[in-house]
Amino acid sequence: MNTPNSIMGSLSGGNGRGRPIKDVVFESRLFRSRATFGLVLLALATAVLLARYTWLQVVAHEEFSARSNSNRVRVVPVAPNRGLIYDRRGRPLAENIPAYRLEIVPEKAGELEDTLTRLATIVELPEDAVEKFARDRKRYREFDAVPLKFNLSEEEVARFALDRHRYPGVDIAPYLSRYYPYGELLTHVLGYVGRIDEGDLLRLDSADYRATSHTGKSGIERQYETALHGHSGVERVETNAGGRVIRSLERTDPVHGDDLVLSLDIQVQQAAWDALGDRPGAVVAIDPNDGSVLAMVSKPAFDPNLFVHGISTADYQAILASPGRALLNRVIQGGYEPGSTLKPFVALAGLELGVTSADKKVFSSGNFYLPGLDRPFRDWRKGGHGWVDITSALEQSVNTYFYHLALDLGIDRMHDYLAQFGFGSVTGLDLPGELTGILPSREWKMAQYHQPWYPGETVISGIGQGYNVVTPLQLAVAVAAIASGGRRFAPQLLYASKRAGNQQATRQQAAEILQIPVVSEQNWDTVREGMRRVVHGSAGTARALQPLDGYEMAGKSGTAQVIAQAQGKDYDESHTAANLRHHALFIGFAPVGRPTIAVAAVVENGGGGSRQAAPVVKAVIDAWLAQEMPQEMPQ
Amino acid sequence: MKGLLPGWFGLPRLDWTLLLALMLLAALGLLVLYSASGEDPGAVYRQAARVGGGVVLMLGLSLVPPHVLRSWTPWLYGLGLVLLALTLLAGEGRGADRWLDLAVIRFQPSEIMKLAVPMMVAWFFNPLSLPPSIRATLVASVLLGVPAALIADQPDLGTAMLIAVSGCTTIFLAGLRWRYILGLGSLVAAALPAFWYMMHEYQRNRVRTFLDPESDPLGSGWNIIQSKIAVGSGGLLGKGWLNGTQSHLEFIPERHTDFILAVLAEEFGLLGVALLLVLYVVITVRCIYIAGMAKDTYSRLLAGSLGFTFFVYVVVNCGMVAGLLPVVGVPLPMISFGGTSMVTLLAGFGIVMSIHGHRNFIR
Repeated sequence: MNTPNSIMGSLSGGNGRGRPIKDVVFESRLFRSRATFGLVLLALATAVLLARYTWLQVVAHEEFSARSNSNRVRVVPVAPNRGLIYDRRGRPLAENIPAYRLEIVPEKAGELEDTLTRLATIVELPEDAVEKFARDRKRYREFDAVPLKFNLSEEEVARFALDRHRYPGVDIAPYLSRYYPYGELLTHVLGYVGRIDEGDLLRLDSADYRATSHTGKSGIERQYETALHGHSGVERVETNAGGRVIRSLERTDPVHGDDLVLSLDIQVQQAAWDALGDRPGAVVAIDPNDGSVLAMVSKPAFDPNLFVHGISTADYQAILASPGRALLNRVIQGGYEPGSTLKPFVALAGLELGVTSADKKVFSSGNFYLPGLDRPFRDWRKGGHGWVDITSALEQSVNTYFYHLALDLGIDRMHDYLAQFGFGSVTGLDLPGELTGILPSREWKMAQYHQPWYPGETVISGIGQGYNVVTPLQLAVAVAAIASGGRRFAPQLLYASKRAGNQQATRQQAAEILQIPVVSEQNWDTVREGMRRVVHGSAGTARALQPLDGYEMAGKSGTAQVIAQAQGKDYDESHTAANLRHHALFIGFAPVGRPTIAVAAVVENGGGGSRQAAPVVKAVIDAWLAQEMPQEMPQ
Repeated sequence: MKGLLPGWFGLPRLDWTLLLALMLLAALGLLVLYSASGEDPGAVYRQAARVGGGVVLMLGLSLVPPHVLRSWTPWLYGLGLVLLALTLLAGEGRGADRWLDLAVIRFQPSEIMKLAVPMMVAWFFNPLSLPPSIRATLVASVLLGVPAALIADQPDLGTAMLIAVSGCTTIFLAGLRWRYILGLGSLVAAALPAFWYMMHEYQRNRVRTFLDPESDPLGSGWNIIQSKIAVGSGGLLGKGWLNGTQSHLEFIPERHTDFILAVLAEEFGLLGVALLLVLYVVITVRCIYIAGMAKDTYSRLLAGSLGFTFFVYVVVNCGMVAGLLPVVGVPLPMISFGGTSMVTLLAGFGIVMSIHGHRNFIR
């Protein structure tokens, strides 16, 4: 090793240009001047650093402090618990059950595409969910958690929990999921909740729904959305850089939604459901004393729970493709020709307006001719019923009697009188989507067809044919009005509601629309007697219902064509043609002395009304009276 | 003892000022590390062990007289070059090939160069008459340029620059004439565009981000923004030990290594930063003082270079954390978590202590 000789200086080996000999003193001085220069730089740098840190930490401290807080503190809306729904005896119809959902904070998630791709390996991610997520993102802020998938399975929760660190900005959140324990039995009443979509956003208060993922889409859930939803609360939480909540700093509790008690009796509902069997149809029962709805069944139905977590396209197609249009609530949206079920109301119109009387008899020969027309209007029994008064005409459903009566009344008076029972207008039930039906009149026909009214149309209107369209609910409301001596209520499903935290529920009374003027109590009794004899008379069209279990009921059968159905454009024509004339209707109430229930039933494609629909009504009344009996016994 | 071993072996020549300041720094570092590591005692123990190992090495080196160190210098430098070359051929590391895996220890050969380069330049200037001639300066430039280029190629631009800085500092302290300095400076300025072209894309991004961090607040600007927020929110007195939200909620990246100063500034405020700077200034000034007292060129240049380079580390890291300088991977001396740099630093101070301890030692 060629270590140069040092200290006292040596030859520079030709490298040095200036001094060949090391000058120790000079070099030391040179070093000191350079070191001094370096120290000046050091002092400058230190001053700059101190100035910079002073600026950051003192001058701009407020700003950075605020940024630090907004970094870590997040205001998170807290979803209120949706109100529960019970039947009139306190049985839960809609519950909230704990579930888990996957959420993403887009701001924290980095490359979203990549995150989703990786997530799909541990959690089942249907394409629908990913699309919905992409659409939902727009209504959330970048730092809000956007739900990706609801109702994770336990396995998915466990798998994600293991891998959580690999997914910044993704987290599992517990929530309460809506559950309908009775499934399709109550679909058409309760409706269902579903993910909030663009349409919902237009009518909902978006500020109050920031934490809410679901909203009522139909039925009671939609009708009473405001009460069921409540108001969201606010929580200030500390989050880490990954967006995960570390702890809660401050919290304003949400106001939970109101619990609702419906007037339905689930046992009566079940009886109606069972009585319909596999046939499409509708049943609705009302308490004529207060207008509360006791049962409301539309068949076919579907499982509302499918919709809660976002129904898959396949499931939805299956519901759409199923015969019988399960999405239709036939009770309020099914438009049926009332047929003979309209006769009691026409009879009452004739009596109350003095056009006919209880004693007046009409001869039924089987055919009724209108002057100038060759085509006869027929009775359902070949050869006719002979001489009949109004009660017999109801008991046996004698068309000829009502042809005469309708002609004597005229369409104008008939329309005006029947309108009082609610035909041709919505009943005012607390469900969205009710049809008005059609109660024809001269004005209506002129407006609709630009044609005058013909007498023949008056004749068939007398037996509920022609242009008449009613919903099962309208029939029930009308028959309840007969049962209650003219009191007509806007039927109501909501029986009581309970504010969150309150012990007592508040009774919600149905609105009384009007008291139909009673000219003579006798006339009402006459009609009710005619209806009683439909069931109990020796020639009653529904006498096959006997024997009844310790009570008397009144009723009226009808057999009718379906003229129109709501949203009927996509109705399968060939299917309709085969079954058009065979819809069975029955209306009734019981007990005759002091009615507590009025029912209307339609059995589609069922055939004769008394044979197919009457037993359904009886089954519903039985179920109701079986529970009401203890109260009824003393009388 | 003195009789058993070569004559230069004696009692440790401790410099109490340096030792005290360094130990205060290390203690402060462990305190901050506990917080920055998310209260992980394991990290603190490992770091403390490194400090211990470094102190042992420092005390050992303080016993070795400068002329012995000088005689080792070319060998050390040569060894460093060989290891660097090996690293290029067979290195492994996270993204950058900086680590050489020897059977026993994994380390970065560039750490050796942090000492070997100033030592080599000082060794080269030692027999020469100063100020250095053009030719001597060019040779010295090659001595520092080759390892710097090898390290830059790894790529580890930060370390390469610091090693170049340590070499340049030595040349500067040797008395390179101002006119050459100005000439070289303008040459470097002229070469900047070419330099930009040679940089890796991530390095260019760092510069872009430094110039405008808010342009990509969630991407490459994140570090700088979050770091500034941490520092700024610390205020005058800080949020208190273990109470830094930016740190504990993981907003600061690399918070226990390169950005540990952000944690310190957040939790101990401007007061903590000032205390830290005071310690650094004390250490640096002490090194320069020792250099000024040294009797031979080698010792003088080496101690001066080690002192100033140490402070350059400080300025680069502090500037980076405060958003004054681009993000380069330079740890905060004595504070940042990490093995080899701590040991290298303490070894350097061992050399400085030896220089001071042997200043009156005439062989």
